[in-house]
Amino acid sequence: MPKLTIDGRQVEVAPNTTIIQAAEQAGVEIPRFCYHERLSIAGNCRMCLVEVEKSPKPVASCAMPVAEGMIVHTRSEKANKARNGVMEFLLINHPLDCPICDQGGECDLQDQAMAYGFDRGRYHENKRAVRDKNMGPLVSTIMTRCIHCTRCVRFATEVAGVPELGATGRGEDMEITTYLEKALATELSGNVVDLCPVGALTSKPYAFSARPWELRKTETIDVMDALGSSVRIDARGREVMRVLPRLNELVNEEWLSDKGRHACDGLQNQRLDQPYVRVNGKLKPASWGDAFAAIAAKVKAVPGNKLAALAGDLVDAEAMFALKQLMTALGSANIDCRQDGAAVDPSARASYLFNSGIAGIEEADAILIVGSDPRREAPVLNARIRKRYLRGNIAIGVIGDALELTYKYQHVGATADAILKIADGSHEFAQKLKAAKKPMIIVGMAALSRADGAAILAAARQAADACGLVRDGWNGFNVLHTAAARVGGLDVGFVPGAGGKDTRGILDAAGKGEIDVVYLLGADEIDTAKLGKAFVIYQGHHGDAGAHRADVVLPGAAYTEKSGTYVNTEGRVQRAERAVFPPGDAKEDWAIIRALSEAVGKKLPFDSIDQVRAGMRAANPVFAGIDTVTKAEWKPFGAAGSIAASAFNYPIKNYYMTDPISRASRTMAQCTEEFVMGTKGTGTHG
Amino acid sequence: MSVRTLAKDQPASFAFNAEFLARAQKVIAKYPAGRQASAVIPLLDFAQRQEGWVTQPAIDVIAKMLDMPSIRVLEVATFYTMFELHPVGKHHIQVCTNLPCQLRGSDKVLHACKNKLGIGAGEKTPDGKFTVVEVECAGACVNAPVAQIGDDYYEDLDEAAMGKILDALLRGEKPKHGPQNGRVNSGPLGKFTTLNDDPTQKIPMQDLNAAKAAFEKAKAEAAAKAAAPKP
Amino acid sequence: MLADKDRIFTNLYGHHDWRLAGARARGDWEGTKEILAMGQDWIIDEMKRSGLRGRGGAGFPTGLKWSFMPKTEGDRPHYLVVNADEGEPGTCKDRDMLRFDPHKLIEGCLIASFAMRAHACYIYVRGEFYNEASNLQVAIDEAYAAGLVGDNACGSGWKFDIYVHRGAGAYICGEETALIESLEGKKGQPRLKPPFPAGVGLYGCPTTVNNVESIAVAPTILRRGASWFSSFGRPNNAGTKVFCISGHVNNPCNVEDAMSIPLKELIEKHCGGVRGGWDNLLAVIPGGASVPVLPKSICDTVLMDFDALRDVRSGLGTAAVMVMDKSTDIVAAISRLSAFYKHESCGQCTPCREGTGWMARVMKRMVKGDATLAEIDTLEQVTYQVEGHTICALGDAAAWPIQGLIRHFRPELERRIAAYRDAKTRASAKAA
Repeated sequence: MPKLTIDGRQVEVAPNTTIIQAAEQAGVEIPRFCYHERLSIAGNCRMCLVEVEKSPKPVASCAMPVAEGMIVHTRSEKANKARNGVMEFLLINHPLDCPICDQGGECDLQDQAMAYGFDRGRYHENKRAVRDKNMGPLVSTIMTRCIHCTRCVRFATEVAGVPELGATGRGEDMEITTYLEKALATELSGNVVDLCPVGALTSKPYAFSARPWELRKTETIDVMDALGSSVRIDARGREVMRVLPRLNELVNEEWLSDKGRHACDGLQNQRLDQPYVRVNGKLKPASWGDAFAAIAAKVKAVPGNKLAALAGDLVDAEAMFALKQLMTALGSANIDCRQDGAAVDPSARASYLFNSGIAGIEEADAILIVGSDPRREAPVLNARIRKRYLRGNIAIGVIGDALELTYKYQHVGATADAILKIADGSHEFAQKLKAAKKPMIIVGMAALSRADGAAILAAARQAADACGLVRDGWNGFNVLHTAAARVGGLDVGFVPGAGGKDTRGILDAAGKGEIDVVYLLGADEIDTAKLGKAFVIYQGHHGDAGAHRADVVLPGAAYTEKSGTYVNTEGRVQRAERAVFPPGDAKEDWAIIRALSEAVGKKLPFDSIDQVRAGMRAANPVFAGIDTVTKAEWKPFGAAGSIAASAFNYPIKNYYMTDPISRASRTMAQCTEEFVMGTKGTGTHG
Repeated sequence: MSVRTLAKDQPASFAFNAEFLARAQKVIAKYPAGRQASAVIPLLDFAQRQEGWVTQPAIDVIAKMLDMPSIRVLEVATFYTMFELHPVGKHHIQVCTNLPCQLRGSDKVLHACKNKLGIGAGEKTPDGKFTVVEVECAGACVNAPVAQIGDDYYEDLDEAAMGKILDALLRGEKPKHGPQNGRVNSGPLGKFTTLNDDPTQKIPMQDLNAAKAAFEKAKAEAAAKAAAPKP
Repeated sequence: MLADKDRIFTNLYGHHDWRLAGARARGDWEGTKEILAMGQDWIIDEMKRSGLRGRGGAGFPTGLKWSFMPKTEGDRPHYLVVNADEGEPGTCKDRDMLRFDPHKLIEGCLIASFAMRAHACYIYVRGEFYNEASNLQVAIDEAYAAGLVGDNACGSGWKFDIYVHRGAGAYICGEETALIESLEGKKGQPRLKPPFPAGVGLYGCPTTVNNVESIAVAPTILRRGASWFSSFGRPNNAGTKVFCISGHVNNPCNVEDAMSIPLKELIEKHCGGVRGGWDNLLAVIPGGASVPVLPKSICDTVLMDFDALRDVRSGLGTAAVMVMDKSTDIVAAISRLSAFYKHESCGQCTPCREGTGWMARVMKRMVKGDATLAEIDTLEQVTYQVEGHTICALGDAAAWPIQGLIRHFRPELERRIAAYRDAKTRASAKAA
């Protein structure tokens, strides 16, 4: 452990630490632009130059490893001079357009110019003008502002795994661009905006819409996938202006998927802001009282076993817990939170968790992906796999389609039955899993939501046992969910009770007229045509598939508008917080159910969200700790059966539109047009 | 250096012809397995030799051949100034104007181009046959001023000599490259001040055995000194 | 003056046969096997004792550089990379070695590679040297055919492959790590050091990058002995050296002479003197574009070696002597070099990318005198803001010529500014 002195402070750091990292540990801040701890070291901005005794020249602290006895001065005359010089160089060609720059107020260059810049310019030549580049619907470019730190290039190449950004030309004419100015085709493109230390790359959807100091910031989580990325919601008045990632080493590091970041404009569109009741085939605005009365009239008239409830993918655990209580009180066991019919086993928590933890990916040395497309189902988790891949010495295999992932993999099999060859050890990749120290299997919804999903689950479990995926302190059996609500729903037991029907059963029964009332709690991903003649109650926040079919619509709150519990794919209990109020008459979902319960004569025993949560904790202790993961016990699950030799049907066809919020988002519609339909630029479509 | 971007008008496709494909494969084999990207400069050069300039389809083809992202090939094509991103004349005249050439009259060389061809630096004749550009140091400074035409250096130029060369090119001839003032390569004009002796005179080698012995002895002494207890 | 028998590059002017037969007749490839048989340690020791300092510009002791390579071959192969990306304005010596003495270089590559336990060598030739690279390739083919290189080079049992790699027009690739990047198929942007190439170089493997001349002189040094080589020049500045004398001399030429030869002697003996006589001399840039210019007063007595030129705040660099007589517009001359560095900056790091453009633009105005007196100081400060703050030495190289100009020719800058101002005042008075 080398010891060194930084600005007179003694610090002892791990070998191979750089000076800038050591300074951070010593509590000394060194300014920087190009350096970023999650990217490779470029050393090009030269802002972090420091004086190192016995070194004739100032040293780039981001790139220089510490040495025993090193004496570093970050504020000496020599260091200051170097830094002031660099600052001046960065500014000579930087436009003086801060007043119209979206980065204003949160700009590294602006901040550091205040600290290290001269009070006037000495550069009397014309400033450089750089032509702006097209980078697609999410990233706006004002390239004259670029300071060539290459963070964006390194992010695209290293983290996103899409080497499409580069710096062409040379010298002062070097320009950052995508190849032929194509849109940056990654589900993580928004992160380059965060990384850009100046206003060269800014958020296109957010352009000119707010200043940072007028925004109200709420720390919460993202529900656009099952990762539960930590985010900050910036709101002004009743409007969510933007979503930014927060640091969470265990979940999203500091990245956020494009949907999590940019679907938020969907929160303003297609909102259900008051109750509706279908009259003469048409939904008519109604009061809460009228809506509840319509429901009560129907529900009271049918026996409990003719009632059913389905919970959707964005629903908070409190709402599902409340609805489960209500359905139970009404005598129905027909409830399910698995719209896709995923064959996880609710009684064995290990059967539905990403047991190794998301961060566990970094420890894995062999990964088999079965029926999952992590790049589209969880882009940030996929970046973690790539990060691990870049470190080398890892085998990655895929059972399923020849997916376009951001790392090289072995295509173990195209059809689902290939998992059997892993289970019986006859495929060579099974040996790789066995030989690995921390092997991992990632099972996706494309595998589990099939008719033979239970058999695939059983085979995956068998493979896990055969290949030693579960061993001391390591459980490499992982399920990757696509729905943010899913694990929470399973944990509150929003699954069929004794004799109850699951999603398939409910839809079948409804179609046949055996179920008369279906309660859709934010459930939009089902085939509503299958609901037959059933009386449909839709509670949710968007006028999407469910609301269109509904006989009564109860306007709920979106994830940004309520305090709600979600459990992510690894079983981490998380809390979404209210950033803005729900629109119009819309209410928090648990409260709607609590109010409805009174209307149907089955008053639920809680009057506050704290009481709901106490009930959840009592029912399942995993809810006791926020931001904690309770490890799941490894016990039997799955049901043996035959597995069809057929390809998987992946749940996400269009990454940008997977739920009512993203379907209502104009930004996501633009992305769909650009990346999915590929209609941009051809001139013959649209 | 100005901003270097791809030409607006691009051909629909590119493919190496048999000769260049064979040469490309030979070049790729020079580098260790998995390091084929090393061949990107040579391959871009071949594409330019074949087509006259580096086209966007060529960049894509080379990227595929070398398993590189196209943007990385574009970076290389725009970084190195020998890659012509726009069509150039059949006779691409690169006049060095760096200091040694400037001192000895490179402006006269450019003047000769203007006189004979009617074009200045950065321009192309209307028939597309000639382009004239200024380039940085060609590395033939003792033969300044120099101009590179195609692969050949024309050295020790003055306005008249450059004029003669251009006349020859206009006539469809290929003028002799090298010094244009009668000197021998980089030797001084007139009588050499050095290298007048017969270079094949035998010069004895040092006594390698003695050298080896001295080396071993010194090594042993150093080892003994290192091993000796420090006072 | 150095005798012809002590000249290494006996075919510098290409007046003899450059191919294998001619090279052999001039003593190349003689006793190569025996030299290799002396072993790596001896070769490196002999190179160290010869006092040879790198001929590419920086003057780092060659033997010492070779000794930095790992002493055993690990799982990563070792590489020798020869820097033939000659492009420093004023410098054209490697060109002659490539085209007229290629076998000296190839033999040197074998010996150096053997000494550093490398089985492969890449010679990176600047792209414009097409004919030179062709000659070199012909010579390599001859050497393969004769068994001098290849699976059993010279019968030594050492497997040795040698390749020519052509660049494509980027001065910066003469910087060793930029050259490595370029050889790997990337833009020529210098790497951060550490790690140094001897640890992590080409393809992440131990690599030494040497200038053509440094490698090409090695076989002769080893044949004739370190003490022979070190007998020329002053201590710490040993050996013979190929000088390139361009500009305002009567007979510009390349010439090999002893190190530490007085500049005046070099010019008068080999180049027929300064155009118009020694007293017509204005200034000399003694070591390629990147070293500061020297006024005549210093040129009168200065010796051409590393230490003497460093002592007068210039440098030997590549020993490319650019002579300027009194007809020279010295500001325009330095301005031209500033334009060059702006053109050749790779753009990677801030001080060089932004500073070279700034300096070049101000220099352009200085030529006309379209500036204020205070701007001379600003310009000088900018050069010091660039110098020492960049990833590679191109920033320094861009700064030094201007520093030299201001140091020695400040009155000329001031005179032009005053003249320009006066002319402007007169013009406006006339207009009024």
